Amino acid sequence: MVKYFLGISVLKASWDQVFIAFWQRYPNPYSKHVLTEDILFREVTSDNRLVSRRLLTKTSRVPRWAERYLPANVARCAYVIEDSVVDPQSRTLTTFTWNISHARLMTVEERCVYGMNRENGSWTEIKREAWISSNLYGLSRGIQEFGLARFKTSVSKTMKGFEYVLARMQGESPSWTLVETAKEARGKAKETALAAREKAKDLASQAQKKQFV
Amino acid sequence: MNSVGEGCTELKREYDQCFNRWFADKFLKGDRSGDPCTEMFKKYQTCVQKAIKDKDIPIDGVEFMGPNKEK
Repeated sequence: MVKYFLGISVLKASWDQVFIAFWQRYPNPYSKHVLTEDILFREVTSDNRLVSRRLLTKTSRVPRWAERYLPANVARCAYVIEDSVVDPQSRTLTTFTWNISHARLMTVEERCVYGMNRENGSWTEIKREAWISSNLYGLSRGIQEFGLARFKTSVSKTMKGFEYVLARMQGESPSWTLVETAKEARGKAKETALAAREKAKDLASQAQKKQFV
Repeated sequence: MNSVGEGCTELKREYDQCFNRWFADKFLKGDRSGDPCTEMFKKYQTCVQKAIKDKDIPIDGVEFMGPNKEK
């Protein structure tokens, strides 16, 4: 037995804005359970689709009633893989996400398809499906119920996070501009310091030469 | 956002910045003039792949879109 979830969410932003936000969604105030984020693979295919794999570390809470059945040393964080395909021709983003640790306890597999909203072309629709399963003998039903409830909470957090990141992007200056400026300034400071050091060396060697003359 | 490899976060930040700009300004607009972030990605990968080995994160042999195939 597997618990199945199907839901549609709409973001009031165009598909390209949402795709850009997708890569910049962590951290946000609703993603405190996401501890690390990495890209492990990325490639543009010959038919111009962007294929990526992202690895996330998330805190994983176990229901209190199940805790006593688990070994005490079960890690309190879980590794999650999120594979994705961005297709700018069809204006779709497809993701498949699942946990690669604690898989015997519970597996949550999620497929999302992001695309243009049919009623309003400047909005984006997310069709989300999930499959929640557990192989833990005798406890699987309870764990799946718990998993589904937690999944629903996490969907609402995901959407709030998206809205937050989209609002930030649509503000006066996108975050990367600010970061870029800071980096440039730092680069310049480094250059100045380097130039000063070279000049000092130059003066020192001149002074030395004078001594020998 | 932090990398799973504590020492890789700075390399990741530089790469992310390059990627986000390329993705918005080139890729989504259909510009196929090549990826300017390749070198940064390589450096970042060297670091993060080592961290994954050190931490025994079980990603080896995990197929792309893995379980999706059965759905």
